[in-house]
Amino acid sequence: MSMLSGVKHIILVLSGKGGVGKSTVSTQLALAMKEAGFKVGLLDVDLCGPSVPYLLQLEGKDVHQCPEGWVPVYADPDQRLAVMSIGFLLKDRDDSVVWRGPKKNAIIKQFLSDVYWQDIDFLIIDTPPGTSDEHITVMENLKDLPCDGALLVTTSQAVSVEDCMKELSFCKKANIPVLGVLENLSGFVCPVCSECTNIFSSGGGKSLADLTNVPFLGRLPIDPSLGECGEKGKSCISVNPNSPAAKVFQDLVQTISEKSKVSSVPAQ
Amino acid sequence: MEPPSDAPEHCPGTQSESAGKVSACQGCPNQSICSSGATRAPDPGVHLVRNRLSSVKHKILVLSGKGGVGKSTFTSLLARALAAQDTERNVGVLDIDVCGPSQPRVMGVVGEQVHMSGSGWSPVYVDENIAVMSIGFLLKGPEEAVIWRGPKKNQMIRQFLSDVDWGELEYLIIDTPPGTSDEHLAAATYLQGVNLDGAIVVTTPQEVALLDVRKEIDFCRKMKIPILGVVENMTAFVCPKCHTPSNIFPPNTGGAAKMAEEKSIRLLGRLPLDPRVARSCDEGLNPLTEFPDSPVVGAMEAVVRDLIASLPSSDAGAGDGDSMDTS
Repeated sequence: MSMLSGVKHIILVLSGKGGVGKSTVSTQLALAMKEAGFKVGLLDVDLCGPSVPYLLQLEGKDVHQCPEGWVPVYADPDQRLAVMSIGFLLKDRDDSVVWRGPKKNAIIKQFLSDVYWQDIDFLIIDTPPGTSDEHITVMENLKDLPCDGALLVTTSQAVSVEDCMKELSFCKKANIPVLGVLENLSGFVCPVCSECTNIFSSGGGKSLADLTNVPFLGRLPIDPSLGECGEKGKSCISVNPNSPAAKVFQDLVQTISEKSKVSSVPAQ
Repeated sequence: MEPPSDAPEHCPGTQSESAGKVSACQGCPNQSICSSGATRAPDPGVHLVRNRLSSVKHKILVLSGKGGVGKSTFTSLLARALAAQDTERNVGVLDIDVCGPSQPRVMGVVGEQVHMSGSGWSPVYVDENIAVMSIGFLLKGPEEAVIWRGPKKNQMIRQFLSDVDWGELEYLIIDTPPGTSDEHLAAATYLQGVNLDGAIVVTTPQEVALLDVRKEIDFCRKMKIPILGVVENMTAFVCPKCHTPSNIFPPNTGGAAKMAEEKSIRLLGRLPLDPRVARSCDEGLNPLTEFPDSPVVGAMEAVVRDLIASLPSSDAGAGDGDSMDTS
């Protein structure tokens, strides 16, 4: 895995459940880390439902070949955020990728071995829901690499928390350290009367963290503007610095950079 | 179809004429089986599934490319609504989400066990006329992860389709995981001989969900699965205090209605986001009886009416009594 030798840290974004915000968290975290001065790579290994190209408004961009390997798509002119997703390899955005496990494993291996990430501080890997082929393959290929750990995203609902418990068991079996649990879609503030309703209930992520003895990393409210930040290629920290989501991501960037003891190199 | 999990990189495919005979096959553990031609014979599982499901009148898949849009919630509501219309009507729910089974929770049967008998696995009964089968019943606890690659998942799904003793069912509703991979291919393969009525595609209004749902529609077309229609879930949220509707998942590209039009499929209905329904599903209660005043209940009734009317009525007796609206 010589291509990953320039990657200093790897973070997995996992969740047992779909639609809880893994890709939104991955893109926002990647943008926030980039804005903090790091060089970041974002790898989307969700092959049947890649969301990262859309969330970063990079649909239609192409992956090029260079002597070293595949050149990722850069989300910014300074080339400090490199992105790779199967979405860039499809002819039409409506095309389905109807592949069984072995083929999915082969492309994930290629993503990990053939993409020319160059020297990046953090590689964030966004995953599909579940504990199957994609996860096993990523885990097997990261064995000898500097994987800092997994970030678990859940909503507060029992159905999601239960699937996250399965994901935690997976991490334990696979010896992947857990950075913590992030609770998403935690409450909706009515734009008219400011009443906060916990549509998908609240507190489930915190109790999951307590129950399983992993750090609780914060609670993200339901905020339709979060998606809009990503579309502009910005993190919520720079768009709405006073929003609750900005606070969560600021803390997250700090936790991760402290844990990995990398001081950010200011952008030239 | 597809090669085995340990196939070489340039495997010609187990169904290919050259299976087991090309240079890439050298050293593959499957080579002798492939070259014997056995892999090109029809899967014996298809036959077993056909026999078992011959006592099931209607089979409906609930699909979505995207996770967390409400496939399992919709499946449970559909099963409960169909069963409530007619107590003589038996409804089965099969959960083929192997890694994240939600049916035990939303149907309120967490911790139940599946029993084996001479005639197969007995499903878990939620009500006199609703039976459920899920891998969740086979696990020690909610934290137990099913860390399986494709072939093992396929095997489990085949067993669910061929070995569960459902008895006489009018409807079997199959809840699926997100994506277009092993589970979906297994279901499509084994159900091809059993006149599957078709698939209901569930989505939420925002583009990031529709993006994946369009892929699922492409999958259905590739696999020749008829699409019964699209259901849009979490359409709008009405503030319980000031009753202002908000688009939590904004339909920034026209929502399910526009997509259905573009893809020429029916929009079966839209279900609003009601926190009470979300909560009762989490608690395993029946939202249709707990909150009969919820807008979801009315929307669901319309979906069921539309669905029953659109189902192929080739089987004699299907669809009779569909006017018994009990709620």
